[in-house]
Amino acid sequence: MYDFTNLTQNIHLWLSSLLSPGLTTTVEWVIIGVSYLLFVALFGLFLVYAERKVCAAFQQRLGPMRVGYWGLMQTLADFIKLLMKELITPRGADKFLYNLAPYIVMVSPFLALAVIPFAPGLQALDFDIGIFYIIAVSSVGVIGILLAGWSSNNKYSLIGAMRSGAQVLSYELSVTLSLATMVVLAGSMQFSVIVEGQRDLWFIFKGHIPAIIAFILMLISGTAETNRGPFDLAEAESELTAGFHTEYSGIKFAFFFLAEYINMFIVAAVATTVFLGGWMPLHFGSFESFNHLMDFIPGIVWFFIKTLGVIFMMMWFKWSFPRLRVDQILTLEWKYLLPINLLNLLLMSLVVLTRFHL
Amino acid sequence: MRKLIQYFVTVYKGFVTLLTGMKVTGKYIVTPWKHITQQYPENRETLKMFDRFRGEVIMPHNENNEHRCTGCGICEMSCPNGSIEIISKVIMTPEGKKKKIIDQHIYHLGMCTLCNLCVKACPSDAIAMGQNFEHAVFDRSQLTKVLNRPGSKIAEGITE
Repeated sequence: MYDFTNLTQNIHLWLSSLLSPGLTTTVEWVIIGVSYLLFVALFGLFLVYAERKVCAAFQQRLGPMRVGYWGLMQTLADFIKLLMKELITPRGADKFLYNLAPYIVMVSPFLALAVIPFAPGLQALDFDIGIFYIIAVSSVGVIGILLAGWSSNNKYSLIGAMRSGAQVLSYELSVTLSLATMVVLAGSMQFSVIVEGQRDLWFIFKGHIPAIIAFILMLISGTAETNRGPFDLAEAESELTAGFHTEYSGIKFAFFFLAEYINMFIVAAVATTVFLGGWMPLHFGSFESFNHLMDFIPGIVWFFIKTLGVIFMMMWFKWSFPRLRVDQILTLEWKYLLPINLLNLLLMSLVVLTRFHL
Repeated sequence: MRKLIQYFVTVYKGFVTLLTGMKVTGKYIVTPWKHITQQYPENRETLKMFDRFRGEVIMPHNENNEHRCTGCGICEMSCPNGSIEIISKVIMTPEGKKKKIIDQHIYHLGMCTLCNLCVKACPSDAIAMGQNFEHAVFDRSQLTKVLNRPGSKIAEGITE
């Protein structure tokens, strides 16, 4: 399996032979930043297109078909349209916070992306507290949402932001607990160690019953944390027009839109890394020839296949289930997901203590 | 204890109902050939509208250029927004009797909401709903149509 450390090491050596050490670091930062920006923009556009096509297929429609072959250029055209639109600030809005909010919403997925291992060696930061870090930074986004709702000087925005705040803060607990369940099994919070630990078997198979329960809980609470699917009451169109981003236009609206999809990607990527082995190919213990065959598919392909699979599941949820009420959402979290999660954590600890896992 | 069992039954039932919903949408996505979207300008040659589609009010004529309209004016009275105007004339029949027949059945497509009330009200089934839906024209006056063809007359045996 190709290790991207070779490539990054070569680039580093080449840059150091040309530039002074300080400049080398700066140039490397810029390169990494630009590549993440490009990834977010292009993958976000792709996800919007995929969402529209998948949604259409779930509703027996065709989706965008006119712009480009099978509508492939549709989201690009939409994006160009948004770029050219006027940026409107409503009268009475808190100008500073109003302009700050989209950037905070956009910063949090960028921070979270840094620790996600795309392929062997293709990871910007490899903390030993990777999962802890990703939980911490992914909840920064809700500050942006609350700021957007507050500063817009609009009742719909404010209600949407408050709902979103209540919802994200509650479901954060479930995400954290289901990840903690898997940390018990993995024995580490470092993403590279977690992926390496799944070399002979993915954690969802290794931890059998508690791992599967944790995966389902992670899917539900992850969907809720990204404010989409059946939990999209923060931007419930029929009640609040668009929720917290009602008053935003042009590129600022596009930021909120893009951040939602990149957040969805991050939740799917974390679920993939922790439960489904990240870039690790499908390996089964001692089936040497099968494992060897699977190694021929590059790690980055494995990662994106699994992540897109999880994203497809989340889209399936969104286009199948009706939206929940506020009290139903909080009941689901505090009366069902949280107790089950705590029990599941206990179960997983017992499984690990008695070495009952595969 | 009973409450605890109830709790897990609720969770189980919730999952079953969710899976039922996902089965329905899942069936839609694995049968893409059943999609109902029509790619309209491309399939214009083969597009066939379904039977109950209401495109416009028409007056069917048979091969002898005969229609079934007696000019009674019930359709004009039943139209909620006045898109039908009946202009009738009086002729002498060969037996020497006076008879009122239709001169012009004027139909304003621009005002019509395609509610089907006139077709339902017609006692002699003279008008019907057509399936043509390409009504775009360059001038509003072209939306006013005369439904009975020139030189047409009422078919034999139609009485009020």
